Amino acid sequence: MNDTARKILAPVITIILVLGLWEWAVWYNELPNYRMASPSDLIPAFTRYWELFLIKSWETLWRTVVGLGLAVVVGTLIGMVMGFSRVAREGLYPILVGFNAIPKATVVPIVALIFVGQHDFNTILIAFMISFFPIAVSVSIGLSTLEPEYRDILRSLGASNFTIFWKIALPKTLPEFFGALKVAVTLAFIGTNLMEIVSPHGRGLGDLFDSGRISADYPLMFAVLFALAALGIFLYYIVVFLEKIFAGWAERPAG
Amino acid sequence: MTSTSASSYMIELREVTHAYRTKAGPLPVLDNLTVKIPENSFCAVVGPSGCGKSTLTRLVSGLMRPNEGQVWLHNKLVTSPRPTVGMAFQNPVLLEWRTILQNIMLPLEIVKSPMSKADATERAHHLLELVGLTGFADKRPSELSGGMRQRASLCRSIIHKPDVLILDEPFGALDAFTREDLWCTMHDLREEEPFTCLLITHDLRESVFLADQVIVLSGRPAHAQYVLDVDIEGKRTLEDLYTPKAVDMLAILRHQIQVAQGRADAADVPEMTAEASA
Repeated sequence: MNDTARKILAPVITIILVLGLWEWAVWYNELPNYRMASPSDLIPAFTRYWELFLIKSWETLWRTVVGLGLAVVVGTLIGMVMGFSRVAREGLYPILVGFNAIPKATVVPIVALIFVGQHDFNTILIAFMISFFPIAVSVSIGLSTLEPEYRDILRSLGASNFTIFWKIALPKTLPEFFGALKVAVTLAFIGTNLMEIVSPHGRGLGDLFDSGRISADYPLMFAVLFALAALGIFLYYIVVFLEKIFAGWAERPAG
Repeated sequence: MTSTSASSYMIELREVTHAYRTKAGPLPVLDNLTVKIPENSFCAVVGPSGCGKSTLTRLVSGLMRPNEGQVWLHNKLVTSPRPTVGMAFQNPVLLEWRTILQNIMLPLEIVKSPMSKADATERAHHLLELVGLTGFADKRPSELSGGMRQRASLCRSIIHKPDVLILDEPFGALDAFTREDLWCTMHDLREEEPFTCLLITHDLRESVFLADQVIVLSGRPAHAQYVLDVDIEGKRTLEDLYTPKAVDMLAILRHQIQVAQGRADAADVPEMTAEASA
């Protein structure tokens, strides 16, 4: 079997096997639809609500992306401050760790109370809050571990700190940054859904999930899970694609 | 009081004293160090480990200022980094995201050069050819061996035609054959275009083969303990290292290092093998 065939067939066969096992388990245990859905129940759920799925997916997607974008900007800025200044690093680190340790599900009702009715803003805020931490930490580590020689080759020519940052520190940190972005993209997604489910406001896939829960429509709930997974994979691979463009040099040829 | 008159040397350190601040108090590294390097000559600095050799490179390049004394470069007092300096380190520090050619051109993005972009590119290719890296311009640093990276690093350090080249153990991490190869490359480069060079090294053979003068630093805090003039006529070959004269120079340097380490008496001069006539 050649490489391409293996790369495609291996995951496809695995997925078919898992779905088959699931279908069989539901059929064998004779579980009714109000207790457990099987993969074959999902197709009707998608076809019946396809319009809703498109609208709700878009609501979830754009709010996740905006929240993530905010996390990238703010996380990079915090990471830069912490990476260049030891005082800032020592001062900010404990507070960031503490903030990150708070389960964001508990923050959702608070945010919903503070900014009553600002649903889009609240959702973006939670997506941002849950995902900026890994970006800030990775950028700060990337910058603070820059070997002094890298600085010296430009500094000995009279380059400014900004030039050194732009030409060396920033590109050198990109692999770490994308590593963190892969984690952050999933986290931002969790943040959006947290807001949509814990503080229902009629928007996003979380809302569709919630209506499935209320009407005990298990096929719909599972269908939402699949839609979420699809969106997650989509965003993740966009990050992988960007990484290939901007930090592809960090990838060593195999062997 | 240190004299304030301009220097007639390319590089001159006048009574330089420097200490680092540490938790345990000041750590003196250089004590009243005076070094004079004429234009277009090659000076090697050897000395025991941790005696302040790298501090010396940072002072000459202007990355650091001494507590006391003066550093002169090309008739100007050094107070900050200068674009007329080229530097290479033991770690070749090539930027992994750039091709070899882009790496070599890096200094020209900082330094204003009269060279046009096309001339600079041509020069880069010419330097690559000189150091034996023809055909590697578009490769990434990760595709090169350690010795090849160091060659590329050398090209980068002279692309902007610096009048002073500072080398901080650039061959230290290479295997013996690659190192000897690069020594010859250094001579080729100097023949092609003259520059004044300050080389920090741990290798006595390297210092004798490359330099016009070898300065032995004492233990910390360092001063110039001994200066050896290397008078080998004509273009040097590796065979020149095995003449009685070279063997004697190496013996003297080895003895001086032992004195600097406090393991030998300065009066116990080693026996010479060459005729005393030269």
